[in-house]
Amino acid sequence: MGFEEIAHTADWSVRVWAPDLPSLFAEAARAMNALAGTVTGKGQRVKRTFEAEAPDEESLLVAFLSELIYYQEQENLAFEAFEVQIEGQKLKVEMEGAPILSINKAIKAVTFHNLKIEKTDQGLETAIVFDV
Amino acid sequence: MNIENLIQISETEWEIPIHFRQDMRVPVRLFATRELLEQIIHDKSLEQAVNAATLPGLVGAVIVMPDMHQGYGFPIGGVAATEYPHGVISPGAIGYDINCGVRLLASSIDYDSARAEMDTLATLLNKYCPSGVGKEGAIKVSVKELDQVLREGSRWALKNGYASEADLARTEEGGCIEGAEPEQVSDRAKARGREQIGSLGAGNHFIEVDVVDEVFDEEAANTMGLYKGCLTVQIHCGSRGLGHQVCTDYVQQFQSAVRKYGIDLPDRELVCAPMDSPEGKAYLGAMRAAANFAFANRQLLAHSARRAFEETFASKTRNWHLHQVYDIAHNIGKIETHEIDGRKVKVCVHRKGATRAFGPGAPGLPPEYQKIGQPVIIPGSMGTASWVLVGTEDSMTRSFGSTCHGAGRVLSRSKAKKEVRGDTLRKELEERGIKVRAGSMPGLAEEAPFAYKDVDVVVETVSAAGIAKKVARLKPVAVIKG
Repeated sequence: MGFEEIAHTADWSVRVWAPDLPSLFAEAARAMNALAGTVTGKGQRVKRTFEAEAPDEESLLVAFLSELIYYQEQENLAFEAFEVQIEGQKLKVEMEGAPILSINKAIKAVTFHNLKIEKTDQGLETAIVFDV
Repeated sequence: MNIENLIQISETEWEIPIHFRQDMRVPVRLFATRELLEQIIHDKSLEQAVNAATLPGLVGAVIVMPDMHQGYGFPIGGVAATEYPHGVISPGAIGYDINCGVRLLASSIDYDSARAEMDTLATLLNKYCPSGVGKEGAIKVSVKELDQVLREGSRWALKNGYASEADLARTEEGGCIEGAEPEQVSDRAKARGREQIGSLGAGNHFIEVDVVDEVFDEEAANTMGLYKGCLTVQIHCGSRGLGHQVCTDYVQQFQSAVRKYGIDLPDRELVCAPMDSPEGKAYLGAMRAAANFAFANRQLLAHSARRAFEETFASKTRNWHLHQVYDIAHNIGKIETHEIDGRKVKVCVHRKGATRAFGPGAPGLPPEYQKIGQPVIIPGSMGTASWVLVGTEDSMTRSFGSTCHGAGRVLSRSKAKKEVRGDTLRKELEERGIKVRAGSMPGLAEEAPFAYKDVDVVVETVSAAGIAKKVARLKPVAVIKG
């Protein structure tokens, strides 16, 4: 499980890999936090639940990551612990995080550009391009 | 893709023919010198232009500008026209920051006599124009007021004392695109908009104080009120989180629309729907609402910039006023009529990182600009020149009345940060006499001048190609960034 930044001329791109779909979603969220340089407080913990329905896994991933951008922008919250359940076209994520103390760079949107979740020998892999 | 795949039309124009790939519906036309083309060929922007050439309902050619660079789905610096109303509209071909654009204000304040005040001016601009990641705006609007902003754009600002009639006359579409439908904008988008209206944001957005460094067209510069040696202000920003949420919402919704309408695309970010479909109509209404938000937002920032100028200069000079030169959008979809193969066709011109550049006599221009053509504002990279151009008759016939929008990136943000530290860059700019107010040092480093093409080369290219004409070059003296 892990992620690495891929060079992109104007925006940000990250390759994410994990053994299964739930951990791929969680790792993608952590990659987004790392790219943005998000630092959260140690004290107060917050919990949120996110549910979505979409025709495919890629659409569910974009919906989930877009939700995290919304929380960051509107409620100043970042999440790092995720319980992800995916059944067919339905996604449910229980997430835990904290108020943001500082952030280097805002990610403004998650794109579908060449987005494909692919099987590898180790599990699953995808590359996500973010608008910054 | 390599240069051999392109047909050279002239020193500044190239074509990727329609037979380059089987799924292309129209050719791709690129405005670039060989030198710029050699820079462009290294990223995926031309491949993205070919992908864009597969959109249903395209007419003419997909046009790409010399500042083009790799985006996502549609290349930055791209223009595509689809026939109205049966052709498609693609949110990804307009971009997340709907109506990202530039406003230019000008003054009669001589820079030489104002040098001592530049620190104060930069500090006040930074104080009155909120910037930075997710920063809240200068004012608060109710849910009802936000709907008015979305419907009326700069007209709302005029009614509320933030604008003058002259500002609106010198704004693309008068600062209000008809047909906006706030009810097609999600509650989430509205929530993001209410928080951020009147703010600059972060990323490549900025407010810059410039000096008119050189004038190339005396008549046009005089008409615009641009005088050599005098201060101007550029405001570069868009529709903030509201526009991003509108695009996010519709790119997600259109994933199903392409299946419904049997549209096959090489990239899911290019998803689209016919303009006369319920999905297409809804997006058009929402996109126009977001565009109006951006017009109002730049108007509010202009109001704040005027306040900073008044506080800095009112006690020192009678001529401290900032008048509007023009306000243009460079991420937008517009219903326009263009002549294609000898017939007038109503089209939706998608401009993503491309500026409208209407020539002399074009409809919608204020009377004073009818003779010279529409002003085009080309912001350079930080610390380098910016340009004021005008649209031409050639731009109307060859590029759907469009030209370039900036310098265009060549280096990724991560590489730029590895090359220079933000505080080092700030020191270098300050040593060159440019006052810098920046919220984020890594953010500043990402926008380092060497991460961009040479804006002068880009402008010389569109000028030589005839799709814009040079009026004046501006030199930066203060930069405010989030």
